[in-house]
Amino acid sequence: MATNLQAPPVAPLAEKLKPMKLKSDKHPDWCPGCGDFGITNAIQQAISNLQLPPWNVHFFTGVGCSGKTSHYVQCYGVHTLHGRSLAFSQGAKVANPKLNVIVAGGDGDGYGIGAGHFVHAGRRNVDMTYVVFDNEVYGLTKGQASPTLPEGDKPKSLAAPHVVQPINPFALALACGYTFIARSYAYDAKHLRATLAAAMEHKGMALVDVLQPCPTYNDLRTKSFFDEEVTVKGSPVPRVYYMEDEGYDGVVKDSTDATEVNDKRMAAFNKIYQQEERTGLGVYYKIDIPTYEDRVKRNLPILNEYSPIDLPYHDADMNPTTDLTAGKGSMVI
Amino acid sequence: MSGLTEINWMIGGPQGTGVDSSATLFLRTMAVAGYHVFGKREYHSNIKGKHSYFNVRASHQFVQSSRDPIDLLATFDKETATTHGHEIIPNGALIYDEKVVKPEDIEGLDASVTTFILPFDDILQEVAEETDSNPMKLVIMKNTIAVAASMALYGVELHHMEEALKGIFEGKKAKLVPLNMKAAEKAYAMIQTMDGFDKFTFKIDPVANVPEKGSRLLMNGATACGLGKIKAGCRMVTYYSITPAVDECIYLETQPHYGVNVVQCEDELAAMNMVNGAALTGMRASTATSGPGFCLMAEAIGWAGICEVPSVIFNYQRGGPSTGLPTRSEQADLMFAINVGHGEFPKIVIAPGDMEQCFEDSFECFNLAERYQTPVIVLPDKVLANNTQTIPHFNEEGLKIDRGFIFEPTVKDPYDDVEGAMATHKRFEVTEDGVSPRSLPGQPGGIHWLTGDEHTEIGHITEEPSIRMAQHEKRFRKLDKALQEIPQDRQYKLYGPEDADVTVVAWGCTKGPMLDAMPLLEKEHGIKANLLHIRLFSPFPAEGVLKILEKSKQTMSMEANFTSQLHRLIRMETGFTIGHRVVKYTGRPISQDEAIDAIRQVVEQNAEKVVLSYGH
Repeated sequence: MATNLQAPPVAPLAEKLKPMKLKSDKHPDWCPGCGDFGITNAIQQAISNLQLPPWNVHFFTGVGCSGKTSHYVQCYGVHTLHGRSLAFSQGAKVANPKLNVIVAGGDGDGYGIGAGHFVHAGRRNVDMTYVVFDNEVYGLTKGQASPTLPEGDKPKSLAAPHVVQPINPFALALACGYTFIARSYAYDAKHLRATLAAAMEHKGMALVDVLQPCPTYNDLRTKSFFDEEVTVKGSPVPRVYYMEDEGYDGVVKDSTDATEVNDKRMAAFNKIYQQEERTGLGVYYKIDIPTYEDRVKRNLPILNEYSPIDLPYHDADMNPTTDLTAGKGSMVI
Repeated sequence: MSGLTEINWMIGGPQGTGVDSSATLFLRTMAVAGYHVFGKREYHSNIKGKHSYFNVRASHQFVQSSRDPIDLLATFDKETATTHGHEIIPNGALIYDEKVVKPEDIEGLDASVTTFILPFDDILQEVAEETDSNPMKLVIMKNTIAVAASMALYGVELHHMEEALKGIFEGKKAKLVPLNMKAAEKAYAMIQTMDGFDKFTFKIDPVANVPEKGSRLLMNGATACGLGKIKAGCRMVTYYSITPAVDECIYLETQPHYGVNVVQCEDELAAMNMVNGAALTGMRASTATSGPGFCLMAEAIGWAGICEVPSVIFNYQRGGPSTGLPTRSEQADLMFAINVGHGEFPKIVIAPGDMEQCFEDSFECFNLAERYQTPVIVLPDKVLANNTQTIPHFNEEGLKIDRGFIFEPTVKDPYDDVEGAMATHKRFEVTEDGVSPRSLPGQPGGIHWLTGDEHTEIGHITEEPSIRMAQHEKRFRKLDKALQEIPQDRQYKLYGPEDADVTVVAWGCTKGPMLDAMPLLEKEHGIKANLLHIRLFSPFPAEGVLKILEKSKQTMSMEANFTSQLHRLIRMETGFTIGHRVVKYTGRPISQDEAIDAIRQVVEQNAEKVVLSYGH
């Protein structure tokens, strides 16, 4: 099991905030056997384990099967537009950094229609967790190829083998500046829960790409596919393994040490592009650097005093209180 | 006092050579001297080299539009002289540099125009020698020379320029004031010795009662909008760089002490959706964009509509379609703004008509957005954004912040009452006026869901017909409420005599030329006109507008677009067809002279349609 993922802290409200409490009254309408159930459970457990007050959790989702996830969690849930969850969530977090912001969506939503936001969210490093349900297909519209489907693959939903190369979300995330990049698997509840909790605890933009079998349209990456053993150096091993167990450590210990940062980044790239039959789970890369919310204070020092949402602009009688004298400056004649 | 009470000056040159700086100096100098000024800025989508010009009108009267014929053209490049030479009125003057242009090259230059050859380089050389400066570094001062020479011709005392320079060059740059004054003094003295100086009779009288120092503003509309937003408590403005909207963002970035986070986004999809996200938290947020960017925002505005989010969108209109005329103006996004987004949802669409309304609307739009919990689209345009004017200080008296119906948590200590804190709230409760209590993330007891799908009162997806009807109807009831509550003079206003010969219906920046034109029309042409200026387009104040139109003797619309969009909107909303229409679609603003000309064509010649086209 992953070793560099911190165990969730024991919180005083554990009794009152069991994961069950985080289930909304709305019942998921996903297909039986869908990986989305496992991811939703893990999100609820991670919130519960970290004791994030649900009324302070702003949970954004994109559009597609996974987009409905926000409806199933008892917190402030926002089912946004296709591909735009990161734009919504960054707006919310930048406006009110006190919120716990979680984002979820499909691989088509995040790496396809929302690819532009995916790129720039990395550059900003706003403090939030982005969970991508990666099943290689657009399930809700009958299984078209998503950006992660390998070239030449033909899941049953496709009429012919796929002729476009897949995106590598981890390499892309690394190139864009994501400060926490991890992979987990929908049916490995324990690892997923711990990974999500670690991502939520990470201060910065965290990506967790979750392998999520689509039982209806993707008959290539099924639960039994991930369960089966593969042969490595002549001996059978589980297909899914934990990278940390084999000595891989993607966590930068000292972000001011340029050599370490460079070494870890190159090691991550190597790991990301390693050709193997197996599928590694765990953290590819993690670094602690200032978030957007912190960096923006350099230009707006007043944000050291106030959270943006708390900047005062009216009195108790709702009279506006901002003095425009400085803003008019030399425009006063 | 036998001179004029108004002058109309123009300076032009390649972009990046200081046309803006010299116009700014002239505007400021004339403002300091007590005149009312109006500056029109025209430029290309280009950084350096292409032709740009600035038109400055200075008057004893408050003016809010440009005029066409110019009495003095200052230039140091050939293109300005050849492009605008014909616009100089008889007995006007041209200041130019013999090295770059010969008067005989200037087509259409009236024979009565006096030409002044100003040896710009010689003056700079002298200043360089006297001050031991590098002449190459003084080239930008050609602008000061042109302004000083113009002042001498107009009979404006030079000391006003010194005061203006002090306002422009502050702090470390203050040493540039004496340097510029040296060049100015030489040009000012030199032109007075030139042949033809006495022939130029366009001397402007000094202002008898110079307004008290500090009593006015010299400002453009983009800044007025920025200040309105600051006053309203907007502390987040998102944008993707686009002309002319970016001017507002550039201004806001110079004011970090207010804490407005100006977020540069990867595209307008992000800009609009970030505003949606921010507005959900209770932040007063807006995005600033122009045509092409506004197109990209359509889907996100629809989301704000169905989710009842108080998002504010500023679309600084420019010439379209597509990239169109990126640095020119147009009033061609009205129909699009009203209909933006697929499906149907309530939106409030307003357009300011002048600097004061830019400030007022930029303040009020957040109140409207929060009171009616729906997106508000504000439609300024490039003319308002970029024109510089002297105006009184904004009226800040009586301004109130209205946050609308915000949920009040009853849970005192959420950690003590976790059950209560996690309770579900009816964010979309069906109410009589359509407005439901809006809870904000972080509030205990306020949990609800938002979705672009049709939804239940707590925000879960539904396709149930009865709920669909209830929610759709509830959302639209907010527009009825808005129409009842928004003060009438913020919806539309009739300027001028009620018993006019002709009622001109206009919106946005056409207000300025109309108000300037009306007294002259009556005085010089015996035509009594009034102006019905409309500011609220969705919901549309059909009843009030119709009442005015039905009483009018003759009606005409005046808009800077091809298809007379307001004219069509009024027909759609009221069934009334305005009799005549005036349009302009060159991307250049309608001037006072054009407004007069168009109204005369309608009233005197019964022209059904007038197409205006003046200006380069």
